[in-house]
Amino acid sequence: MSWFKKEKAPIPPVKQSRMPEGLWTKCRECAEILYTKEIVRNLSVCPKCNYHMGLSSVERAKALLDDGRYEEVETGFTSNDPLDFTDTKRYRDRLARSREATGLEDAVLIATGHIDGVPVVLAAMEYGFIGGSMGVVVGEKIARAAERALEQRIPLLIVSRSGGARMQEGAISLMQMAKISAVLARLDEASVPYVSILTDPTTGGVTASFAMLGDINLAEPKALIGFAGPRVIEQTIREPLPSGFQRSEYLEEHGMLDMIVERSEMRETLGRLLRFFTQQVTPSPSSAPHVKDVKDAMEEQVPSPVPDEESVS
Amino acid sequence: MGTEILDFEAPLAALQREIESLTGYPEDAGKEREIARLQTKLDEMRRQVYAKLSAWQTVQVARHSQRPYPLDFIEHLFTDFVEIKGDRRFGEDPAIVSGMAWFHDQPAVVIGHQKGRDTKQKIRRNFGMPRPEGYRKALRVMKMAEKFSRPIFCFVDTPGAYPGIDAEERGQAEAIAVNIREMSRITVPIIVTVIGEGGSGGALAVAVGDEILIMEHAIYSVISPEGCAAILWKDASRAEEAAEGLHLTAPQLLEIGLVDRIVPEPVGGAHTAHHQAAQILNKYLVEALERSQRLTPEERVQARYSKFRRMGEFALDTTGTQ
Repeated sequence: MSWFKKEKAPIPPVKQSRMPEGLWTKCRECAEILYTKEIVRNLSVCPKCNYHMGLSSVERAKALLDDGRYEEVETGFTSNDPLDFTDTKRYRDRLARSREATGLEDAVLIATGHIDGVPVVLAAMEYGFIGGSMGVVVGEKIARAAERALEQRIPLLIVSRSGGARMQEGAISLMQMAKISAVLARLDEASVPYVSILTDPTTGGVTASFAMLGDINLAEPKALIGFAGPRVIEQTIREPLPSGFQRSEYLEEHGMLDMIVERSEMRETLGRLLRFFTQQVTPSPSSAPHVKDVKDAMEEQVPSPVPDEESVS
Repeated sequence: MGTEILDFEAPLAALQREIESLTGYPEDAGKEREIARLQTKLDEMRRQVYAKLSAWQTVQVARHSQRPYPLDFIEHLFTDFVEIKGDRRFGEDPAIVSGMAWFHDQPAVVIGHQKGRDTKQKIRRNFGMPRPEGYRKALRVMKMAEKFSRPIFCFVDTPGAYPGIDAEERGQAEAIAVNIREMSRITVPIIVTVIGEGGSGGALAVAVGDEILIMEHAIYSVISPEGCAAILWKDASRAEEAAEGLHLTAPQLLEIGLVDRIVPEPVGGAHTAHHQAAQILNKYLVEALERSQRLTPEERVQARYSKFRRMGEFALDTTGTQ
């Protein structure tokens, strides 16, 4: 069929989106030449055009968790190349190279830490590891991260950054969508909060499973988010795509995202969300009035200009 | 409508034509012997060809335009089918059919990807590629089945979820994700049969069940071989190699534990004998349903959960550094 005629690789080279080591860095979006240190200080967001450059999973964990402190958990899993897959390279060689390049076992880092004092389990996907693709190891690690959150009854955060399911593991990758989603159903039943953070890019089987299943789904600005890749769609409909198609703003407009959050405000926003989800509300006489006290209680509460956290319900 | 002849079926078709050319003539004993001889040869050739299809040939059979589709199986295996349409949110998606029907002596719900057979129907059914409405309709009908304690039969046959602007803007990914999550906890039996193409997330969105059956020449894959080749080899014409690598045939999927049972097809493929294919499938559906119905709803949900929780476990190397 004609959908697949393009010869370009759909996954952009990793180097483009990672922070080069030189003193100066050119913004991929506005082409401004910037002092690297300044960008890093700015959480890898271009100070000129606000372009959100990609973060590695380690950078992400440091950027989100209190004091940049995290502990990696759910380690000890690697893929054994179950299908003995070879395309232009052997899959096991790709794995070995990616492990070396990223220092990770596979395309996700599972970490524990705190956000604004609230303990969380964080899964941060690593785009530098075969395009952040999800195979059995990503599936297992995220499932375990969710189970850990469930067991400890603490919030789960997943930062998605992935091209989708990993082709080199065939349908095993596809089934990871079901595996993770099934565990998320259990979190849902147990009222354990799950916040999904979608970053550039989040597509395919990752979008069509856990990334869209958060109690809150939020995204960084202008992130590419979709099920089918834009080129596949273009080849199917044989006409150019509308501008801004499949970007965060487009998804928000179409009701698929709760909010778009700038990276500089991400920690604060998450803190606010997590407090909403986790705050223990101890009914006090004023917030849980007896019937005869209702009128008095209402009068007490109305004039209060500052919302009291203890009374939020 | 002419029969679609696949490349590798050409020698079979040639022999078939030879037999047909003999049949019209005045009968004589010698000719009849010859026809019988050729027919035996044809049967044997067909058996041999279909016994060792390559992965790519299997893909072609799985996509054969005369393969039985859900509505064919419904006709052969179910009675009193009443179609249920629409997602009650946006629209009706003919790429998925759903409805109520009787399976032997019990009422059940049937859901399936429906491709079209002629051009007009293909377009109407969007080649079996659902939009979000299709998935939302399917879930709505499954929830209804749960509410009234009716088992669910899902028939999977799609190239994949439709990759179009409208599908994206109405939340294709969300629709699939929600189906997958909800199917993991629906309490009534869900029996899934991959009858043709199990195309990626678009298939999985109606394929989380207690038992996953797959027909002998059906496929189930994370991506089409063409798509895989275009991405990994940057050359869609390498689809044949991709098909081999993806482990998408029924025996391969059984071996890696992603499906539970292979439903044999009549010799020459289900597309040559719908009725016979349906009769074989019937036995498998009856048994799968019986097994699932022996469980309590809690046991069933737990079993389904464990099944999917463990999928691909063998592909994990645990290095024990935890």
